[in-house]
Parts: sequence; structure tokens; C-alpha cells
Amino acid sequence: MGTSPDPAEQLTTDSGASFITRVEELAYELKVAQVMTRDVQTLSPDVQMKTVLELFRERRISGAPVIDNDKLVGVISIEDLIKALRDSGRSELKATVGEYMTSSVISVHAFDSIVEALKLFSKTRVGRLAVVNKKNEISGIITKGDITRGLLDALQHDYQEEEVRRYRASHLFEDIISDRTSLILRYTIKPGDFTHGGVASSNIKRALLRLGADSQVARRCGIAIYESEMNLIIHATNGGQIRVEIEPHHILMETIDDGPGIEDIELAMQPGYSTATDEIRELGFGAGMGLQNIKRFVDEMQLESIPARPRMVMKPIDGRKEWELTREPTPGQGTRLTMKINLAPKDNFDKSHLNNRGDGKQ
Amino acid sequence: MTLQEIINKLNLTLLTEEKEFDQIVPSSGYTSDLLSCVMAGAQHKAVWITLQAHGNIVAVAALLDLSAIIITEGAQPEEAVIAKANDEQITLLVTDQPSYEIVGQLWEMGLKNS
Repeated sequence: MGTSPDPAEQLTTDSGASFITRVEELAYELKVAQVMTRDVQTLSPDVQMKTVLELFRERRISGAPVIDNDKLVGVISIEDLIKALRDSGRSELKATVGEYMTSSVISVHAFDSIVEALKLFSKTRVGRLAVVNKKNEISGIITKGDITRGLLDALQHDYQEEEVRRYRASHLFEDIISDRTSLILRYTIKPGDFTHGGVASSNIKRALLRLGADSQVARRCGIAIYESEMNLIIHATNGGQIRVEIEPHHILMETIDDGPGIEDIELAMQPGYSTATDEIRELGFGAGMGLQNIKRFVDEMQLESIPARPRMVMKPIDGRKEWELTREPTPGQGTRLTMKINLAPKDNFDKSHLNNRGDGKQ
Repeated sequence: MTLQEIINKLNLTLLTEEKEFDQIVPSSGYTSDLLSCVMAGAQHKAVWITLQAHGNIVAVAALLDLSAIIITEGAQPEEAVIAKANDEQITLLVTDQPSYEIVGQLWEMGLKNS
């Protein structure tokens, strides 16, 4: 924002680049009206410079617009005051504002972006600009200090919340000391709820990124969870539960349902095998690739299922002393899929063993 | 090649919010209407060509960080799907042309898998 650019200051490092860009963006987004000082002390041209001195001292200001008949006619600044003091000596100062003010007033519109004010500051080297409304009436005053404050406020507003959240999350495993810390996320998946398909997986992915996970790890977890989430939606009679346990060195994901179970796990694991209905296939599911994908993206996987199977029952026929052997159906008792992703030392959530704290940012 | 060039050349209609498409450079392309295949095959920042238009394509694209989805054959996603795409910052583009034509043109433009 300096008016005389120092070449050293103009060198921007990569790490600074995004910050600079955001400030520049804000210079266009923020309006003069948002950062200007509204409660402006104005003066009339026939006020004595003595009064100006008192006013500046009392209100700790260094300049004020001069108004005559509601019209902005000039600006009186501390420089003008010094000039008057030099000319007359302290006791006098009977000269009027009209004699010392700068009458070529540089003004900006309240609805201009602050970048316009910045341009004027660097072009004219004045310390303050009058802010006028559409009717050219004074509505405030703006200094470089106002702009700096406005930018800082906006930046703080922008970043504070997310930064705090991210910082807290990414240092969770360092800040909380226990013999074994883990974070458990649970999601309930409703049967047939295609509308919300993918919600749990994207929430899990986001949570992992916020915790400071490597993006590749978050992606692998997201894909594995998405496939299992869709399996619950498509196949589990009553939907199911997803449970993700995050520990510093690995992520354990588990889906449990009480659905019909998988008849033949070996067959189910074969690429292209699916029991999805035509209706579901039309939506693009049922490619028979889900379990394959999971197997591909996780380090360890375990699938257990109790499918429907006949039960042999021997019972007496109508109270007689004869027995009958019957086959009765036992419904499936559900499926449990456990998936594990191990974290390489560089991807560990517990980074307290590393000196570099910067890699939690994603 | 930028997404903007692709949108212009293929005359695609944008359904989601405007972005700086001239700054987005897709990594590659992928086409399938089977979501699991996309999960397995689409690369990071790829463009995905499909005739599916329901909400789950957004979920898939978000998980894979795709650059854009080109929905072909004039399939029209519902408002809720577009809203979801805006939430997830996924770009949805539509065309009346079939997938085959779109893929062919992208390939000719030089969008090949690395």
C-alpha cells in the first residue's frame, strides 16, 4: 500500500502470494463506505485557525473537510495549521480556515472500491480523501489507516473461523494426551436413500482433510466409504451404520448392516458380479465393481456375512409320536465390512514427532 | 487446454455457477455411466463424460475432485442436483450430443490421459 514502492518489498514469495492476492481481491470487494470514518468533524471556512488547533488536539485528528452551505469547499490539515502557526505565532492564529485550507479537494465516492482510494493516495500523496455521496455531499473521510484497518478486519473475518477450526482439528492428536487417542465418526445410512448417497463419504473426506490428512489418503477413504455407503443403500434391508475410527497411524472403517447377507462372498468379490436390480443399474450402480474398488483403495479388508440359509428342523407331527424333518428358511443376518488404511509416517496425524508443522494445510 | 476452451469449442451449456474456467486445466478425461468404474478409473481433476444426471454424479465428482462433468444426450439434472453441485463446487455442463461425439472431440483437442 506504500506510495513509494521499495523493490525489496515487491518481491513476493510463494507462501505470501495467496495472502497478497486476497488483500488485492479485498481492495476490490470492500467499498469506501465500509471502511471510512463517518463521524466527521467538519469546519466552516470562517472559523479561526485557533479553533482548528484546539479541535485537532482535542479530537486527535490531523485534518477536516471544510463545508460551506452544505458544499465541500476544501480540506484543512495539520500541515496547513503548521503553516498558519509559522506565519503568525501561537497567540495570534486569528486567520480563518478559508485562508489556509487546500481548496482543490480530492474526493472518492462512498460506493467506490477502496482500490480507487488507494490509487488516489499513491497518485496525489495526500493523507486523506473526502468521501462524497451521489449528491456530492460529504459523507465521511478516508485515510490510509482506515483502509489498513478495514482490510485487516476483513481478512480476520475471512480466516479466523476456518483457521481456528483447522488448527484445532489438525492438532487434535498432539493436544490430547492419552495412551491411545482415537476419534470415532458414526453415520447412519437409510435404505434406498439415493438422494443422500455420498453424503457420509464426503463428510468423512472433509473431516479427514480438516484433521490434516494427506489428500490422497482422504480420497482413498472417501472412495472406500462411498462404495460401502452405496452398498448399504442398495442392498441392506434396513440400511446400516458406518463407523470410522481415526487413530494417528491408521484409519479403520467399518460398515454394519442387518440385511440379507451375501450368499457367496467369493462370487461377490469378482469384478462385474452384482445382484442389483435393473432399476438400480439404470442409475449407474450395480457395475459389480464396488468391492473391487474397496479392495484396491484400502490396505486391509475383511468381509463377513451371514446369508439366508435353510435350517433343518425336526418336530412332531400333530402331537403324534412321529417326527417330521423340515427345512425352514433362516433369514440372513447381515454383513460386516472392515477396511483399514495405514498411514505412512509422513501422513501420521500425530505430527508432534515432526518439527515441521506446516503440512497440516490442505 | 483450459476448461473454457472446451466449453467454447464443444458449445457446452453451463448449469452451475460461473468460475474462472480459463484457469482450470483438466488433467484428462474419463467416460462411463457406471459410477464404480468412474471411481476406479477417473483421474484427479479429470473431465467426466456421462449421460447420468442424478445427484450421485455430484457425490462421485466431489470425492474424486473432478474438474467438471459433461452430461450428454441432453439429459437434464434436477434443480436439487444443480444446487448440490454448487455446494460442492462441481461444474456441470450439458450438451445434446452423445458421449461418443464429445469424447471424440476432446481427444482431437488433445485431452488425452497422461
